Amino acid sequence: MAILDGAAGHLNTVGYIVLMMIGFYAMTGKSNLVKKLVGMNIFQWSIILFVVSLSAKRGASIPIVLDGHGGDAARVLDAALYVNPLPHVLMLTAIVVGVAITGVALALLLQIHRQFGTLEENELLERLRTSTGS
Amino acid sequence: MIWSLDFVLLVLSVVCAVAAVQVRDLLASVVLLAAFSLFMCLLWTEMGAVDVAFTEAAVGAGVTTVFFVITVFKTDRVSRD
Repeated sequence: MAILDGAAGHLNTVGYIVLMMIGFYAMTGKSNLVKKLVGMNIFQWSIILFVVSLSAKRGASIPIVLDGHGGDAARVLDAALYVNPLPHVLMLTAIVVGVAITGVALALLLQIHRQFGTLEENELLERLRTSTGS
Repeated sequence: MIWSLDFVLLVLSVVCAVAAVQVRDLLASVVLLAAFSLFMCLLWTEMGAVDVAFTEAAVGAGVTTVFFVITVFKTDRVSRD
């Protein structure tokens, strides 16, 4: 069970590397621009998964003090009982920024489709070449 | 943090990610991305990051999917690869 425990500690690391490689493959290997955006989203979420899993602890609870109101306000909390909330807050910003990036990218895709009539990368390059050549 | 639940959710999210990248119908790809986002949301609830989890459910699985679906309906639905 010791080996199992050691592997379980690195499960999130393995998962984040696999997800990151999937996203990287979609961004570089696929020619459809919507597929590239899907890959970019997977990539972003893999990085968020990495940072959030840094804050996870074994046997810790969510970072909310149960008797915070009305209790002894000056008492010292045991930090080992709660997961670290700082990476969560940082990653909240990352999620919102990621959605903003996705929205701008989709608006650009709509404009590209309006102008060239396709979202395939090779056809797009072909049409760009012919439009500049003529 | 329960490692068996963690393992199951990671496997499901990797399967959803691979399917979203490989499928040719772009609408199916977007719906699979939403399912991937849902599994990530469950993963964060399991890790104790509840604030990240409900932001992910609202913004990641909700708004992003709506944006993608609008774009797919306004452009081509079938991908070449």
